[in-house]
Amino acid sequence: MTEFTPGLSLLGGALIGLAAVLLMALYGRIAGMSGMIQGLLPPVAKDWRWRAAFLAGAVLAPVGITAISGWRPEFTSDTPALWLVVGGIITGVGVQLGSGCSSGHGVCGMARLSKRSILATLCFMASTGVTVYVIRHLIGGL
Amino acid sequence: MRLVTALFLGLIFGAGITFGGMINPAKVLNFFDIAGTWDPSLALVMGAALVVTGLGYHFVLRRPAPVFEAEFHLPQKRSPDPALIGGAVLFGIGWGIAGFCPGGAIPALGLGEGKAFLFIASMLAGIWATKLLRRG
Repeated sequence: MTEFTPGLSLLGGALIGLAAVLLMALYGRIAGMSGMIQGLLPPVAKDWRWRAAFLAGAVLAPVGITAISGWRPEFTSDTPALWLVVGGIITGVGVQLGSGCSSGHGVCGMARLSKRSILATLCFMASTGVTVYVIRHLIGGL
Repeated sequence: MRLVTALFLGLIFGAGITFGGMINPAKVLNFFDIAGTWDPSLALVMGAALVVTGLGYHFVLRRPAPVFEAEFHLPQKRSPDPALIGGAVLFGIGWGIAGFCPGGAIPALGLGEGKAFLFIASMLAGIWATKLLRRG
């Protein structure tokens, strides 16, 4: 069980949106995490520096939050290590083939009403839902 | 200066993921488990992010250019293709298995969670292999 956290989740979503808007206003870039990451893998993108800086900021965020407030976000992962590897590889192949993930397609692309992003988001939300249903309710966990 | 700004924007993004709960695989998977231990929180994360981004883009994209660059770098492809759909379906399967999406897993590294490192390393392998293969 995880608790419904409407206030924190609205705040979190608004901050994600704020980062996406500022990245577009300043750098003219879509705030897509998989796109940002793939540019750091060889052959490395020419503009790798800001990508690395942005990702470093994202890694440091929970560290800073805990340092300032003492609050540590909940983290639970019940997926066995082997399945995390399988899920990670499938995720990597999927986001690279599909040109984006929940941030690039789901937030940025949907926000500018891109047909490709709306379709991609519908596809991955549906396949995630089906996958979770199969794992939890049909085969009873991994 | 630009790099410090990018770092700062990453901090805002990562704070959003952290507060929103997307950093927690259990919470993400519960959002998709409507038939079980459903936690609707992530609908609010996505909804709020979409409203803010939609409104912000509306004004930003009317400007001639971004502040630090000569032009906006928007995706050029317009129409869906099999790679988009197949990739999105695959990504969903991976997300459903692991509970991590790329944007959720990156900040989870900052928590020092071994599972986040394992996921990211595997995802990087998948991204890289696909990137190299598709270049031919």
